[in-house]
Amino acid sequence: MTTNLAAQINGVLAALILLTAFGLLAQRRIYGMLHLFALQGLFLSVSTAIVGYTAGLHHLYVSAVLTLILKVFVLPYILYALVHKLHIRKEVEDLVNIPTTMLIGIALVIFSYHLTAPVRELSTLITKSTLAVALSTVMLGFLVMITRKKAVTQIIGFLALENGLFFAATSATYGMPLVVELGVALDILIAAFIFGLFFFQIRTTFDSLDLKEMEKLKEED
Amino acid sequence: MTTTLYSIIVEFVQIAVVLLAGPALAGWVRMLKCRMQGRTSAGVLQPYRDIMKLFVKDVVLAENASWIFRFTPYLVFGATVMAGAIIPVISTVLPSAPAADIIALVAIFAMARFFTALAGMDAGTAFGGMGSSREMTVATLAEPAMLMSVFTVSLVSGSTSLSQMAQVVTTNPLMLRPSLAFALLAFILIAVAETGRIPVDNPATHLELTMLHEAMTLEYSGRHLALIEWAKMIKLFLYAALGVALFFPWGIAGATPLWMLPAAVFYLAVKMAIVGAVIVLIETPLAKMRIFRVTEFLGMAFLFATIGMLSYFMLE
Repeated sequence: MTTNLAAQINGVLAALILLTAFGLLAQRRIYGMLHLFALQGLFLSVSTAIVGYTAGLHHLYVSAVLTLILKVFVLPYILYALVHKLHIRKEVEDLVNIPTTMLIGIALVIFSYHLTAPVRELSTLITKSTLAVALSTVMLGFLVMITRKKAVTQIIGFLALENGLFFAATSATYGMPLVVELGVALDILIAAFIFGLFFFQIRTTFDSLDLKEMEKLKEED
Repeated sequence: MTTTLYSIIVEFVQIAVVLLAGPALAGWVRMLKCRMQGRTSAGVLQPYRDIMKLFVKDVVLAENASWIFRFTPYLVFGATVMAGAIIPVISTVLPSAPAADIIALVAIFAMARFFTALAGMDAGTAFGGMGSSREMTVATLAEPAMLMSVFTVSLVSGSTSLSQMAQVVTTNPLMLRPSLAFALLAFILIAVAETGRIPVDNPATHLELTMLHEAMTLEYSGRHLALIEWAKMIKLFLYAALGVALFFPWGIAGATPLWMLPAAVFYLAVKMAIVGAVIVLIETPLAKMRIFRVTEFLGMAFLFATIGMLSYFMLE
């Protein structure tokens, strides 16, 4: 496999990751969001493996396998089980309507492209062009968190954001050191469990997973 | 001199192909669809028989219909055939190609649609007005997405001339381009909306509340209806040919050898047969969507086209 071809395949995968990020914004059903999140993890994992292969960095294989296990199987499964247990069947409610969210998303992508332009000039790695996509994925993850009301969908947004950060690390510097990556992976896993506990707590306190209810907690002036 | 003569011959052959192949593609799609749904089909030639029958029949005109109503079928048919002369269907050597690029092509289709919408309102029936309003709603959303999608291909080939675009894609070495993949996806969604196929519109229905395109042309009869139906079939064919020319132009004849022309016609037939099969595969399991979902559907097309364009800048 030549470097050029690898860069092209990586570009296609980056585009697919961006597409799944937009998919998360547009998706109305919670199970659909989980599937898209798993798909994003899969693309991320393959992309990491390809970068590892072309750059000859073997620790990236470990990250790729870790991503595959954690983000394609374990995390979606935990969330799936949670959603099932909490009996969330309704469509996802969002604050802003979907076409508007999409337009904001497009603006964010252009913004990220503009923001990463100087880095792209300096970098010599084959993955330099995917940095803009990585930053956009982070931004779009934020957007999912901002525009959704329910806790579970916000968590999916958060995890998508983490995917973006991971992708950014791979494309900017061929990944973080293995120790850091292991730490982050463990963090995410623990976070998912704690989120699960929180969901139950929030629901028993407020009878709903709508985070708007939390505004009641503030003191009256 | 010989090249000009050659290109003029090519142009005429192409127009003949476009005129004849439009109904053939429609018939092919209908036949495959019948097979898929376990019905007996009337064969590929049925659209030709329909058109011929309509040409023989008398025209019934509404009393208060103005010249626009009578003029529109000819304009729509003429505009569609003109579009057929611009798109590199069988060859990139077309005398009319330098005169009009992809933007002009979109404008030609828009002009035909504008007059159809006027004619829909002209007869003064409620359905015509409703159809016109719906068609224009779809059009306002589809056109920007369409332009975004073809501009992505223009960016890759560095030209807005269709012949140039087809040539560049065939001659350049093969590359994985995410931008083109997204542009193709967007183009398919838009083509579905523009040619009035399921999930956006159902070409077979005359049920009042679900019609989009049919509602506008409900008042037409006789040779007027024949022209409109024929133009509609050609439009489906042209969108398929445009998609093929932009994204899979291999097999379209170039400038020199004359024997490439029959080969190009053969490749075209193969490609169109595949496109027809794909249309049937998309249409059979789907139901027509609610009209208010169409905005979202086209919004998605616009998003794909934009991602395509952005990924050209970001990733290539």
